[in-house]
Amino acid sequence: MKPVLLWSDALFFLLIAVTIGGAWWGRQQDHLRAGWVRVWGHRRTVVSASVLAVFFAIGLVDSLHYRSQLPLEEGKPPAWSVEVLSALDALLMPLKTNTEKTYSAPLATELFAKETLEEGGRGFPPLKYPGTHLFGTDKVGQDVLYLTLKSIRTGLLIGTLTTLIMLPAAVLLGIVAGYVGGWIDDVIQYLYTTLNSIPGVLLIAAAVLMMQVIIDTHAGWFATAAERADARLLALCAILGITSWTGLCRLLRGETLKLREMEYVQAARAFGGRPLAIMLRHILPNLMHIVLIAIVMDFSGLVLAEAVLSYVGIGVDPNTISFGTMINAARLELAREPMVWWSLAAAFCFMFVLVLAANLFADAVRDAFDPRAAG
Amino acid sequence: MTLLAVQGLSVAIGNARPVAEVSFEIAAGETFVLLGESGCGKSMTALALMRLLPPVAAITDGDVHFSGIDLLGRTEAEMRGYRGGGMAMIFQEPATSLNPVMTVGQQIAEVLTLHGGRPDRVVELLEAVGIPDPARRATEFPFQLSGGMKQRVMIAMALAGEPKLLIADEPTTALDVTIQAQVLDLLKDLQARRGMAMLLITHDFGVAARMADRIGVMHDGRLVEVAAKASFFQAPTHPYTQRLFAALPENLAKPPESPARQGELLEVDALAVHFPIRRGLLQRTVGHVKAVDGVSLKVSAGRTLALVGESGCGKTTAGKAILQLIRPTAGQVHLEGRALLGLAADRMQMVFQDPFGSLNPRLRVGDIIAEGMKTLGVDGSAGELLTQVGLDAGMAGRYPHEFSGGQRQRIAIARALAVNPRLLICDEPTSALDVSVQAQILNLLRQLQDQRGLAYLFITHNIAVVDYLAHEVAVMYLGRIVERGSVSEVLGGAKHPYTQALLAAVPRIDGIAGERLLVPGDPPSPANPPAGCHFHPRCPRAMAVCWQSYPGDTQVSATQSVRCHLFG
Repeated sequence: MKPVLLWSDALFFLLIAVTIGGAWWGRQQDHLRAGWVRVWGHRRTVVSASVLAVFFAIGLVDSLHYRSQLPLEEGKPPAWSVEVLSALDALLMPLKTNTEKTYSAPLATELFAKETLEEGGRGFPPLKYPGTHLFGTDKVGQDVLYLTLKSIRTGLLIGTLTTLIMLPAAVLLGIVAGYVGGWIDDVIQYLYTTLNSIPGVLLIAAAVLMMQVIIDTHAGWFATAAERADARLLALCAILGITSWTGLCRLLRGETLKLREMEYVQAARAFGGRPLAIMLRHILPNLMHIVLIAIVMDFSGLVLAEAVLSYVGIGVDPNTISFGTMINAARLELAREPMVWWSLAAAFCFMFVLVLAANLFADAVRDAFDPRAAG
Repeated sequence: MTLLAVQGLSVAIGNARPVAEVSFEIAAGETFVLLGESGCGKSMTALALMRLLPPVAAITDGDVHFSGIDLLGRTEAEMRGYRGGGMAMIFQEPATSLNPVMTVGQQIAEVLTLHGGRPDRVVELLEAVGIPDPARRATEFPFQLSGGMKQRVMIAMALAGEPKLLIADEPTTALDVTIQAQVLDLLKDLQARRGMAMLLITHDFGVAARMADRIGVMHDGRLVEVAAKASFFQAPTHPYTQRLFAALPENLAKPPESPARQGELLEVDALAVHFPIRRGLLQRTVGHVKAVDGVSLKVSAGRTLALVGESGCGKTTAGKAILQLIRPTAGQVHLEGRALLGLAADRMQMVFQDPFGSLNPRLRVGDIIAEGMKTLGVDGSAGELLTQVGLDAGMAGRYPHEFSGGQRQRIAIARALAVNPRLLICDEPTSALDVSVQAQILNLLRQLQDQRGLAYLFITHNIAVVDYLAHEVAVMYLGRIVERGSVSEVLGGAKHPYTQALLAAVPRIDGIAGERLLVPGDPPSPANPPAGCHFHPRCPRAMAVCWQSYPGDTQVSATQSVRCHLFG
C-alpha cells in the first residue's frame, strides 16, 4: 500500500488543522468563548452540528488516499495499482465491488429492465447481490449509496476550500478599502463592482473551460486520473473563490468605515499607531464575528453551486463522483419510462440534510455572534 | 383634583426589579418631575404608565388610575384610546421619533384622525408649537428640520390628541442649551394655556428647577423623595438627594486658585479646518463647510482652557485639528514653542466623549493602557496608572464591558496619561456620565493637574463644569471664537450677546429665572454662514453694521477680548 497525498487532501487537512487551532485560540478569547457557549445552548444547534460532524468525518476518511500494491511478480520491483483508493473505499469495499449489470430499484432482488434470460424467454434477471442495495444501482450497476457517500467529500471540499481561497482576499481588501480610503478604496471598489457585474456562471464557465484545455494539453503533469480530477476540482474551487469574495469584501468595507470613526481607533491614531498595526489590532478583531457568520452562511450556498455547475457541465471532472454529476446523470434517467428515480432521490436527500444542517448551524452562529441580534 | 394616581407600581424584568413600589399622584395642570440618574427606572415607570413596556418586562404589582379609571385593567384595544388621547408621550431623541419617509404634516394628521380630530388642524398645531411658516413646514420631511424643530413637531403630535397628561421623557437632553431653553418655555406655555398636567422625566436639576411644581427623586427603582419644588431645593431630606446635590458642579468646592505658571505651552494661530462639499458627476468642489474658521488660542502649562460652544460649532474638530488627527486647512499650532507638523503623541493626548466607544471591546484593560506606551516606547506599568486614576491595579486583566461608564472614562484617562503628556485635550469627557460620576471624574482631572502639572484643553457645552475646572474660557460660535477671557470675566461679565444668551439659557438650580435673554431660531449651517457677523440673525442687539462685516477682535481688559461690533 502506498499513501497518496492529493493537493485537495493537503488543503483539507490544513483547513481542519486551522479550525482546531482557531478553536483553541478562540477559547482564550472571552468574547468568542461566550459566543460559542451561546451557540451550544440550543438542542437544534447541537443536532445540526452533530450531523455536520458526521458528514465531515466521512469527508475526512474519504481524504486518506492510497494506491494498493499489485500482486508481486517474480524478479520485478513491486508495482502499484493506477487506481487511487481512499480509506472510505476500503471501509465500503463490499458496496464498491458488489456491482450489478445495470439499474436496479432500491432493495430489489432483480434487475429493473426485462432482458432475454439465459433459460429462454424474457423476464427480470435476478441480481447478483439481491436486497443489498439500499438506494438501488445506477446505469452501470454501481451502488447508489456508495456514490452518495463519495459525493460528500466533493461537496465539503467545494464548500470549505472556496472559503479558504476567498477569505484572505475579502478580509484584506475589505479592511484596506475601508480604512485607507482614497484612491485605494476607489480601485478596490471598482474591482469588485466590475467582477459583480459579469454574470457569475459565464465567468465560471469561461474559466473552467480554459482550465480544461490546460489540463488536457498537459496530461503528463498527472500520474493518475485521480490527480487530474483533483486538479480540476481545485481549479473549480479557485474560480468560485475568485468570483465570490465580493459580497464579504463589500460588507467588511462598510463595517470598517464605521469602525474607523470609533473613538478607540482615533485614540490609537493619536498615539501615532501605524495603519497596519491599527487594522490588525483594532479593526480585524472587531470584524471577526462577521467573517465567522459569512463562512458558515456561504458554505451551504457553495455546496448547492457545485451541484448546479456540474449539472450545467462546467463543474467537477465527469469522473469525480459528486452530487452535481449524479443529478446530471439523473436527467436522462428521469426521461425513461418507467422512471429511474432513486439516484436523484438519494443525492437530493443527502444534499438536503447537509445543507439544512449547515444552514441551521449558520443561523445559530449568527444569532450568537451578531451584536445587533443579541439582547 | 387628582388626574393620575400611581399606587405601589412594580415592574419586573426576570429577577430584576427596575421599578419597585412607586407611588405618586399628579393633579390636573400640575408638573411633576421624576428626577434620577440613568438606570434608576424613571423611563421604565413612564412606559409602565402607558403600558408600553418591552416584552421582557412585566408589571407585577400596583394600581394606576387615570381620571379615576383603572388603566392596568384595560384591554390592549382600550389602551390605544388612552395612548395619545388621554395621555401623550414625547421621547428624548427627536431624530429617531419621526418617520423619515413621511412629511411631518402627514404624521400629525395621522394622530389627528386616530383621535377623532380634523386633519386640517395640522397647521394650527404647528403654529401652536411655534414653528415659523407652518403651512410650508407641514409639507416637509423630518430631515429638512433641525433638532429643535423636530422636537416641536413631536410636541405638536402629542398635542394632536388633546391629552390631559403629557409625559415627556428627557425631551431636551439631545438639544443644545439655547434650543433647550426655547423648548422648555414652549412646554411651560402650552401647559398653562391648555391646563395640561405634565410628567417630566429628567436627570438635569436645572430643568427640574425650571419646570417643576413637585419633584420626585428615583434611585434604584424606588421613589426616595417627593417634595414641592421650593422645599426640595432649599432642604432636600433624603441622603441620596443630598449626595446628588453635593455632586453638582455648581456645588463642588472650588479649590484655591493655583498661580499661573510661566510660559505658553500651546499656541494656536488662525487654525482653520474646511471640509470640501462635492457635488455632481465629477465630484467638483462647490463649497466648503468651514467647521473651524480661524481659531487662535493659548494654553499655559498647568492651566485649563475651556472651549465652550453648542453642537456643530466646530469645537471637537478644532480639538482634533490641534492634535493633528485632522489635517488643518490653514493656521499653525505651536507646542512648547515649536511648530507642529505631525502628531506630537508623547506631549499631547486626547480623552474622548463616549466611554463606551473609546475602548476597544476586544482588548484587556491592561493592553488598552499599554497601547500608547508600546507605540511610543515609554516605560511604565498599567497597574500603577490604574491606581493613579482611582482603580484597582488588579483590574488590568479584565475587559472593558465589565466596567461602568465612569470607570471606563478613568481607563481612557489612564491610557492618555500613560505616555506622560503635557497637554490633555478632553472632548466632553463627562457629558455621557451621571452627575455623581461626573463629579468624581472632574475631581480626578483636577487632582491630576495638581500632581503632574497637566494643562487641559477642555471642550464642553456644560457651563457648570467650566466654572469648576477652567481658568480661561473661549466661547465658539460657528467655527470662530467670539469671546475669551478668564473664567470669572466670561461667566461673570460676559460681553458678547451670544455668551450672554448661552449663560442665560442654562437652567439654574436655584430656579431664579433672572433676566432671560432668549435667542430665537437655530444656529445656521457652517456650510453657508450668514454674511457679516455670524450671530446677527439671532442677535437681539444686531445693528446695521452687523449685516456687513465680521467684527474684529476687541480687547476689553487685559485678558478678555470679544468679537462684537457693540465694542469695536
